[in-house]
Amino acid sequence: MTGSVTRTSGTTGDKGADAVDATLEVVDLCKAFGGHRAVDGVSFTLAPGGSLGIVGESGCGKTTTARMLVGLVSPDSGSIRVGGRERSAPTRNRAERLARAREMQMVFQDPYLSLDPRVVVRECVEEVLRLHFDLTREQRTARVVELLDQVGLGEREASALPKALSGGQRQRVAIARALAAEPKVLILDEAVAALDVSIQAQILDLLAGIRRDAGVGFLFVSHDLAVVRHITEDVVVLRGGRVVEAGPTVDVLTEPRHTYTRLLLDSVPRVGWDPARIAADRRALEREAGGSSGD
Amino acid sequence: MAFLEIDELTVRLPQGRAARPILDGVSLRVGEGESVGLVGESGSGKSVACRSVLGLLPEGAAVSGAVRVGGRDVLGMRRAELRSLRAREVAMVFQDPRASVNPMRRVGDFLTEGLRAAGTAPAVAARRAVELLEAVGIRDPEGAMRRYPHHFSGGMLQRVVIAAALAGEPSLLLADEPTTALDVTTQAEVIAILTRLQAERGTGMLFVTHDLELAAAVCDRVYVMYAGRIVETQTAAGLFARPRHPYTAGLLASTPRLDPDAGPPKPIPGRPVSLAEAPTGCAFAARCAQVRPECLVEPPALVRADDAYAACFRVDEGIVT
Ligand SMILES: Nc1ncnc2c1ncn2[C@@H]1O[C@H](COP(=O)(O)OP(=O)(O)OP(=O)(O)O)[C@@H](O)[C@H]1O
Ligand SMILES: Nc1ncnc2c1ncn2[C@@H]1O[C@H](COP(=O)(O)OP(=O)(O)OP(=O)(O)O)[C@@H](O)[C@H]1O
Ligand SMILES: [Mg+2]
Ligand SMILES: [Mg+2]
Repeated sequence: MTGSVTRTSGTTGDKGADAVDATLEVVDLCKAFGGHRAVDGVSFTLAPGGSLGIVGESGCGKTTTARMLVGLVSPDSGSIRVGGRERSAPTRNRAERLARAREMQMVFQDPYLSLDPRVVVRECVEEVLRLHFDLTREQRTARVVELLDQVGLGEREASALPKALSGGQRQRVAIARALAAEPKVLILDEAVAALDVSIQAQILDLLAGIRRDAGVGFLFVSHDLAVVRHITEDVVVLRGGRVVEAGPTVDVLTEPRHTYTRLLLDSVPRVGWDPARIAADRRALEREAGGSSGD
Repeated sequence: MAFLEIDELTVRLPQGRAARPILDGVSLRVGEGESVGLVGESGSGKSVACRSVLGLLPEGAAVSGAVRVGGRDVLGMRRAELRSLRAREVAMVFQDPRASVNPMRRVGDFLTEGLRAAGTAPAVAARRAVELLEAVGIRDPEGAMRRYPHHFSGGMLQRVVIAAALAGEPSLLLADEPTTALDVTTQAEVIAILTRLQAERGTGMLFVTHDLELAAAVCDRVYVMYAGRIVETQTAAGLFARPRHPYTAGLLASTPRLDPDAGPPKPIPGRPVSLAEAPTGCAFAARCAQVRPECLVEPPALVRADDAYAACFRVDEGIVT
């Protein structure tokens, strides 16, 4: 694995890229499934090259929020703007559509589902390069090798189908694929969760390098508070589709204001960890919330 | 005799598809009611080892060694025996919940199929499934029974899969990163359920995780794998206090810490050994800070060091960091 970070754009023809401001602004985003409000008025801002964590319990709306950002789920209301431009505004042509798709890339929580089972790893990454950049075959091949190498995958994995890879290997393929597009904003939905800590540390290093050198903004969805502490500057805590606390990561994790954030912090496994007590505390908090807000 | 015994298990892909075995002489034991952790690098063979206990092996693989559950050899079992083993004795929570449930079937059918196959009346099976969904913290369990997998978030589906594994009241649970997709409070809740079950029913558990703190909190003993081999095993507390293998020490250093003054995680330099590479000596040598010439000649065997076992030629010297 190499620490160096290279980019395709700049050196070669970049199909329809523009170097404008890439601030991501999300305002009052809502989405309901049936009667259930999965995302209920979520707002946040991600500065260009910034790093924002989204944490919260299972089912609180993290993935739904991320999927709305990349256009896989359409919001009921609210706005998503990149550099002041509404994401959902109509596009004039294919180049514009491609550029918009490219600016925000997502690494999914379930890498198995996001990779085509019939396509070998090398082609899966190459596809993205073919779509977004004018490269010769040799350039593309070299770039694929480089991208896979960055995530610690070699020749054998490059020729493999997803089913012949381990869980963590698949997740790294998904990361390499997202990086191939050189997005402005990279959304990582539990993207390092299935990685063992030594590879996770390498990937976090790699991501930090990419952010520093290429100014990519990160939206980092994770339940691992220790990872969030090291990779993000700001954090929002979601609960039941709403933001219950937001602020600089260090402050939120050292002096949490909301009871729920405190419970999250208490739940992290450590010496003396008592899962039964945490479970009881959580149920108590749920009863409290149920009693006061009635949902 | 331990309930699960894996002895010298070697799993090799057909000629030309890999340079080294996926599993290389792996031995491990899980006693009744015991929780045993399995940690190690991505691609080291943890999932393949778990699946072998159900008699599931990669296509065309050559296998040697033995896997025994309750004294019976799994690798020699016929189909019917394997089916009954999976229905009654050994359950597995797979690493990727979306890949292990049929997206076209309702969650209720998925949860009750094992029980119904084992002869439980449908109404009884359904009641039991609802109880289990409730126990793993799914709100509106009756409604959930009628829904499809894509209606659930990642963590909720993971809990459905855990409920399905518990439905048959197995004697042995193979949990392959069961809480990786869960937030920490839900994780605590699921672990509380698993440990209660163990205490009540004496269920043995093989627990695959990459979270060393979690392994320490849940497991009595931990095995550490690297490139298809067990490189260290000892008590969870011992692993933290005194790791014996340089890879284990590297894992500890790469764990991100929550405390405010902790430095960033320190990765182990280099990359994991791919199946296409077959180093002659210790597989970790290329990344090891204390490598010596003999490490490159032949792989070190697992040897005893006080209460621990480690596969390192320098195990007696301690780890210099
Ligand atoms: N069905 C298969 N066919 C071919 N190779 C396979 C198959 N299943 C796994 N492998 C390979 O065997 C090795 C071990 O895989 P395994 O899934 O056991 O890893 P793991 O330790 O569980 O890793 P992770 O932590 O990433 O899940 C990997 O190199 C993987 O690519
Ligand atoms: N397509 C869908 N149809 C119906 N309900 C859905 C759908 N997608 C998500 N939901 C529901 O919306 C809520 C939020 O789901 P989401 O996947 O965003 O959660 P999450 O925060 O990502 O959770 P996790 O940490 O478990 O992945 C959940 O209650 C889920 O059941
Ligand atoms: Mg999710
Ligand atoms: Mg695995």
